[in-house]
Amino acid sequence: MTPVWAQLGYLVAAVCFVLALKGLSSPRTARRGNLIGAAGAALAVVVVLASEDLDHVPAVLGAMVVGCVVGVPAARAVAMTAMPQLVALFNGVGGAAAALVALLELGADGAAGPVLLGAVAFTVLVGSVSFSGSCLTFAKLQELMTTRPVIPPGGRVVVVVAVAAALVAAVVVVLTGQLWVGVGLALLGLALGLLLVLPVGGADVPIVISLLNAFTGLTVAASGYLLGNVLLLVAGTLVGASGTLLTRLMASAMGRSVAGTLFGAFRGGSTAGGGEESDRPVRVGSAEDVAILLGYANQVVVVPGYGLAVAQAQHALRELADLLAARGVRVSYGMHPVAGRMPGHMNVLLAEANVPYEQLVEMDQANGALPSTDVALVVGANDVVNPAARDRPGSPIYGMPILDVDAAQAVVFLKRSMRPGFAGIDNSLLYDPKTTLLFGDAKASLTSVVAAVKSL
Amino acid sequence: MAGGIGLLTVLVLAGFVGYEVVSKVSTTLHTPLMSGANAIHGIILIGAVIVAGRADSGWALAVGLLAVVLATVNMVGGFVVTDRMLQMFRGRRPEGDRR
Repeated sequence: MTPVWAQLGYLVAAVCFVLALKGLSSPRTARRGNLIGAAGAALAVVVVLASEDLDHVPAVLGAMVVGCVVGVPAARAVAMTAMPQLVALFNGVGGAAAALVALLELGADGAAGPVLLGAVAFTVLVGSVSFSGSCLTFAKLQELMTTRPVIPPGGRVVVVVAVAAALVAAVVVVLTGQLWVGVGLALLGLALGLLLVLPVGGADVPIVISLLNAFTGLTVAASGYLLGNVLLLVAGTLVGASGTLLTRLMASAMGRSVAGTLFGAFRGGSTAGGGEESDRPVRVGSAEDVAILLGYANQVVVVPGYGLAVAQAQHALRELADLLAARGVRVSYGMHPVAGRMPGHMNVLLAEANVPYEQLVEMDQANGALPSTDVALVVGANDVVNPAARDRPGSPIYGMPILDVDAAQAVVFLKRSMRPGFAGIDNSLLYDPKTTLLFGDAKASLTSVVAAVKSL
Repeated sequence: MAGGIGLLTVLVLAGFVGYEVVSKVSTTLHTPLMSGANAIHGIILIGAVIVAGRADSGWALAVGLLAVVLATVNMVGGFVVTDRMLQMFRGRRPEGDRR
């Protein structure tokens, strides 16, 4: 039985976690909140080592050191553009750890009775799904494989069979408590994770990361139930609830349901677009044309997209914004909730370039400002400004809230080519008479625009 | 803790707390939120330490230690990466307010 002082220690740690999440309500308190959370976690580790009657303590400590040696350099070295991959990977290993813990409890006959065995089955299955799903998400984001939806051979039949087999195995685990069935359940979970994530297109991957994060949270909560540990229960539930909420927010920001994200590819017409180019005339400008448009504007709204991140152009963009601000132009950034590859990813990238967060304007506010804006500068974004989402009910992205840059007096697109965006849908705004296109890598384009503005 | 019902009570209440707390997070911070929440579920480390410390066979110990390594990566890496992101969120503070 856990002594009272240890339970109090766990309670303090749980409060630290709540404060960590609460701190994130404002950028000013966020960092302190995260440190409070880390302190809570450290306290919990000390408490568990001091209060439980454990063998193999040196080996356990050694394993923790190994974990730090792997985790800390990875976390320090990762580029901000690669953040979603890393979070996916960390999430996956957490899910795997939870599944292993549950399997060990099963093997040690630590779980008796249908409720505890149910918790084991849940943890093993969902933890495995989270692990393999996260690894596949990593591969998609790292572009180790295609970002287009892949429909597994056999299509939905295979998925249905896998789900049914996993449920049967879970029931058998609950009824018999056999370890080998548990291992089989874990393998089915791994297969199921792959089958669930394969059909998800690249643009929808952020939603999946968030969903898998919620899954891992729930497995941690279930393993807390299994071990009778209140801290695991509280922390896992916090993450499960927050991940669920975040997933729903993301899905509604993209105008689709969570189920539609996961299974849309089976119905066809989700994010799998044509990708063909249109041959309608467009107006292509030079860097000097763009500089004149921007330099003599009163108000400019920048709409950054993933193309900006890929080109590592956030610093060049900031330089341009500073230059314009020095000329008396009001510059703000219209942030679409799903710009980038993770909710809020673009905000992190711009923060890396020291853009003050007060200049980052959320979508609704930006849409209020766009009709009185002189120039909307779209850098490496496409789908999030595509009017088809608003005007064309047949379009695959119809219903997705967008930034109404077509309301501005003029629109400038910095694009690599005429190829459509991630969703593969042609953007009629590119052919609008008030639109100017500047082709090229976002960083090179911005650098030449900066030079041109300087010489105005 | 009064057995199953006590734990269930904690579960439900924690669910509401999580939902309420996160619904106040601004979209600006959604990526740090995700990675912060990610770090928090690394607390499975506690469970991994407990099962590894109770292992009664070499096989169980090996699996337990693997779980400890994975959970540590999740937790420590998660907090470090979240901190790295958050330290970039500097607002335009009035002069003199800098630390």
